[in-house]
Amino acid sequence: MHPAFSVLVFTVMSGAGYGLMTLMIIGHLAGLPQLLDSSVLLSGGILSLALITGGLLSSTLHLANPKNAWRSFSRFKTSWLSREAVFAVLFYPFALAYLAAVYLNGAEVTGLGLLSGIATAVLAMVTLFCTSMIYASLKTIRQWNSSLTPVNYIALGLMSGSLLLAAVQALVGDGASTSLTSLALTLVVLGATCKLIYLFWIGKPAGSTINTATGFTQASVRLLDQGHTSNGFLNNEFGYTVEANRLVRLRLLMLGLAFVVPFLLILAANTALLVIAAASAIAGLLVERWLFFAEARHVVRLFHGDQTV
Amino acid sequence: MKLGLVVDLDTCVGCHGCATACKQWNTSGTIGPLSDENPYGKDPNGAWLNRIRTYEVDDSPNSKTVNMPLSCMHCDNAACVTVCPTGASYKREEDGIVLVDQDKCMGCNLCSWACPYGARELDPGQGTMKKCTLCVDRIYDESLPEDERKPACVMTCPTKSRVFGDFDDPNSEVSQLVRDRAGKQLMPELGYNPVNTYLPPRNKPVVQTYEPKSVVATVKGWVNKVIAR
Repeated sequence: MHPAFSVLVFTVMSGAGYGLMTLMIIGHLAGLPQLLDSSVLLSGGILSLALITGGLLSSTLHLANPKNAWRSFSRFKTSWLSREAVFAVLFYPFALAYLAAVYLNGAEVTGLGLLSGIATAVLAMVTLFCTSMIYASLKTIRQWNSSLTPVNYIALGLMSGSLLLAAVQALVGDGASTSLTSLALTLVVLGATCKLIYLFWIGKPAGSTINTATGFTQASVRLLDQGHTSNGFLNNEFGYTVEANRLVRLRLLMLGLAFVVPFLLILAANTALLVIAAASAIAGLLVERWLFFAEARHVVRLFHGDQTV
Repeated sequence: MKLGLVVDLDTCVGCHGCATACKQWNTSGTIGPLSDENPYGKDPNGAWLNRIRTYEVDDSPNSKTVNMPLSCMHCDNAACVTVCPTGASYKREEDGIVLVDQDKCMGCNLCSWACPYGARELDPGQGTMKKCTLCVDRIYDESLPEDERKPACVMTCPTKSRVFGDFDDPNSEVSQLVRDRAGKQLMPELGYNPVNTYLPPRNKPVVQTYEPKSVVATVKGWVNKVIAR
């Protein structure tokens, strides 16, 4: 699959934003002492909203006909993309109500803060789940059509959110806090585990072949001619191919930037290093999302001569 | 009604006539223009609703060249319709034709990702998704003579390899062809239940190949032909 940069930015930024908002609200409502500080809550909330809004705006850039984007709220019953759009918009009033409650009443948990906080956290996770289901629901792409896809999106969203939360708390509050850095550490390990399981799983050959695609299941089939002399929409969208060596290098870069570097930097528990850890994880997740697209092989490739997907 | 096409892989000669007729009819048809980018340049690109690919099936001496036209299969289980967030993609209740409302499409490409047959192409000029309409603007046009109320690809096919009809009617030509010639769906394992069906090539005797013999054996053959025992 062709990795569209606007979609990579969208999924990584909004994932981190939703993860940050959810973890911050849960910590606040549970009475975590480091989060009973309205300046930390407000800075975290504004950063989260900025990431989510930036991501959503970026996602509209890949539309070829954006003037009809408002219609995407209309097929809630069947389309995950429509559900995502609806929940993403529904998230805003609750998130703003929660931040308003924090702004007006400080870090003390009020009735409005509690109700809007719970609704915000739930909607953030539901939106992230809907984003992942856009990909996981496609039977045409074996590498996406798995429950590992939503697990990865949610685990990595929470992971990058926890790193941002630890960094914001260390910057705005009074230095790095052990409870938030150990939460980030746990989620980095969890995220790395989910990603490694995914990488092993997609390595297994399975699914449709050129034989089932052409209907000739009792003999070998080879493409002689694709019927056109230059590449068309299908080649550009689905024919994206990465050299195997480069793929291995990028996987290592991704694992290093997204998991290993943040893990080591968190252990140091220093404010500046926590900021670098969060930035490194976001950069690593951009590579991770790029690979998520580049390694996904659509079944249309079989008609263009690939023997398996 | 369940309208669709039967494609005979035995007789298709891969002339691309169906694709050209399709482009000609539909570029001024109901989903209007099928634009091209750089049509006379080095890398021409454009929206086509029908593509013909050529495959070699099996190994020599049993190998066969098969031309395979692919357009929208108007699936019973059309995932391209359910994933569409705007409601631009829809499947008609009355005849099962899958269409895209060009006024509603926002060009997100998700339907083309959901389609396993590569039947949907984004129009580079208009930014909306284009696909086979089964010439919905021809087949119901009462101003046309009755035997011309067929898709443009079917009308133009010089070897009559494309047959249009109602798959719900067990006595229609398409249903009979599927029964008699063991018609196949493509990628049935994905569960889209495509309506268009492909007739596999008929079995033909294998052509004998020349096997070189030794000089002595060749001379013996000649001698045996000349001398009666």
